[in-house]
Amino acid sequence: MSHTSSGPRVGLFVTCLADMFRPSVAFATVQLLEQAGCRVEVPERQTCCGQPAFNSGDRQTTADIARQTLDAFDGYEYVVAPSGSCIGMLHQYSDLFDVSDPYFQRAKSLAARAHEITSFLFDVLGSSALEAQLKQLRFEQKVTYHDSCAGLRELGIKQQPRQLLSHIQGVELEEMDEAETCCGFGGTFCVKYPEVSNRMVSNKSHNISNTDAQTLLGGDLGCLLNMAGKLKREGKPIEARHVVEVLAGMTDTPAIGEADYYRAKQL
Amino acid sequence: MQINTPFFKQRAHDALHDENLQTALAKLKTGFPEKRAIAVERMPEFEALRNQGRDLKNHIMEHLDLYLEQFETKVIENGGHVHWARTAEDANQIILDICQQVDAKTVTKGKSMVTEEIGLNDFLEQNGVQPVETDLGEYILQLRQDHPSHIIAPAIHLNLEDVSEAFHAHHNRPKSSDPAVLMQEAREVLREKFVAADVGITGANFCVAETGSTIIVTNEGNGDLTQTLPKTHIVVTSIEKVVPTLEDMTLFLRLLARSATGQEFSVYNTLSTGPRREGDQDGPENFHVVLVDNGRSEMIGTEFQEMLRCIRCSACMNHCPVYGAVGGHSYGWVYPGPMGSVLTPQMIGIEQGGMLPNASTFCGKCESVCPVKIPLPKLMRHWREDEFQKHLQPKAARYGLASWAFLVKRPALYRCFTRLSNWLMRSWAGKKGRLSKLPLASGWTDWRDMPAPQSQTFMQAWKQQQKTGDRS
Repeated sequence: MSHTSSGPRVGLFVTCLADMFRPSVAFATVQLLEQAGCRVEVPERQTCCGQPAFNSGDRQTTADIARQTLDAFDGYEYVVAPSGSCIGMLHQYSDLFDVSDPYFQRAKSLAARAHEITSFLFDVLGSSALEAQLKQLRFEQKVTYHDSCAGLRELGIKQQPRQLLSHIQGVELEEMDEAETCCGFGGTFCVKYPEVSNRMVSNKSHNISNTDAQTLLGGDLGCLLNMAGKLKREGKPIEARHVVEVLAGMTDTPAIGEADYYRAKQL
Repeated sequence: MQINTPFFKQRAHDALHDENLQTALAKLKTGFPEKRAIAVERMPEFEALRNQGRDLKNHIMEHLDLYLEQFETKVIENGGHVHWARTAEDANQIILDICQQVDAKTVTKGKSMVTEEIGLNDFLEQNGVQPVETDLGEYILQLRQDHPSHIIAPAIHLNLEDVSEAFHAHHNRPKSSDPAVLMQEAREVLREKFVAADVGITGANFCVAETGSTIIVTNEGNGDLTQTLPKTHIVVTSIEKVVPTLEDMTLFLRLLARSATGQEFSVYNTLSTGPRREGDQDGPENFHVVLVDNGRSEMIGTEFQEMLRCIRCSACMNHCPVYGAVGGHSYGWVYPGPMGSVLTPQMIGIEQGGMLPNASTFCGKCESVCPVKIPLPKLMRHWREDEFQKHLQPKAARYGLASWAFLVKRPALYRCFTRLSNWLMRSWAGKKGRLSKLPLASGWTDWRDMPAPQSQTFMQAWKQQQKTGDRS
């Protein structure tokens, strides 16, 4: 199916990290949505969900960003992002406005329409929506999955990515110890308390490499950049990818933080 | 107690490099959380109980004055005394006065975080009354002139050898590293203290309004000896501990034991209802309850009212990855972990306590295990808002945030910025795909690589595709 189909009109919330560091995550999300019959658009006026301001205690800036995001995503049936953390933030926008503020109701409406990608595919469109396409794919890897905190505890995302992955041929999932424990990223936390953050990501790296997995998967780029950066620094041969890259069959790109051999050859 | 909260980072650094402490913390990580998980698994209605606990506490906080006055009336009817202490100083003075009225030389103490909060031990000592901690962990700490690093397992930061050395230094007996021998030693030494004490001071886990009873929950039985042997029993507790009825109390006992230690019920659950009555075989002649406010009533009607639901189970710190990495002393005051990060700024001021609500990734694990569903991350965020409004955050952080906000609110300008930084990072990384150093991000790159952007930004690439219609 193509983006000219008559399926639901979906606004892609790219997320600032996918925009900056990993466009393939956003492209994979677009592809999955289109395969599921959605018409995908990317509103131009979006930037960041506002979480850095929100978690730094700056409600005014957060509300400004929320209004900008609400304006940008007006009218879409759904708003989908490849991040539980950013969608969790979108869900909290209504707390920023007085009940009498028109943005309050709009924020309530956005919260009902905003979904993380694996949850959207599995919970909203239904578990069978992409089954046929996923069964065509092959990814001969042992993988382990990190449950990012906001997705897990704010949005209840646990089985959705695992169920979707299970359709792909060759994928073998080996759970790590403490898969649900924070990796220590925490937005600005990792630069405000670098030593504590380092201990947390070191524990994570230890648990990841205690499995036989060749690839670490997850649903949030913040955590993935943190864990991939640590695995690389420790010289561990485990690759890290966002789960949508595997679901969309876009695994020919180098993993997170890996050298781009093809591009390097061209240079 | 001295306030070391502003030095959180330095203390965390020291803690991360303290091998003994790290060994002790590793045990905590697998101990309480695993036991709690099993206990919760075995109780299908646990989630329903959490909701009940939350709702009941909310009801109590809405009618706190009513229940406290009912409690006071009942205590007096039972022949006891109630003292209202607005501040820590008031509480200490009230307790000292009672001790002096009965000419007390030594007081035995059951485990109580409120007495840590008000700094009671130091105050009594300065005024000629010797306090003796009788909870084993607290006793060890008192010998070492140390302070609790955990609210229910106060000596969790120590290892067997630390205990062995402390006992050897104070008990004048042969040194032993056998836990059973050490335990017996403590029992023998403490038994004399129990008998000699003029006053027994305990905390209270709950105060029951309908009967005027207080209850302590322990696993050692030391609390029972503390409160039944001396002639005077002083209960030092705080105003939010009141519950309407005995039945309500049992709801919280079920939540508390499972959340704290994974027990279905704690070993000793002892109610005190007034002084000894005619015909009673034991019990104190005088029964006093000191109700400490110390900033709590100021929380009512604010966003921090929810914190008053806390039943001090310690589940939040047992499950906190930050607490698990740095231990309780890093937090620099009485209450550590997520609950401490909310409560401490209330009690010592955000100017001094600001490091704590920032020392969280907001992973939400604490909230997910809290027996009364306190939204701890949200409350920590409220403290950050308070800090932001008072301009207390470091300048670099404030200017960084302001510059970022300026860009994020201007999408066109933001695109220029992202294109430029994307290009710069890719150029620096060259063919490696990652950076080992990055200006202004040493907090990141000192410990891990920074993955370089994969290509131009998504927004650039997307625009090009839309123009050319190329979707490959």
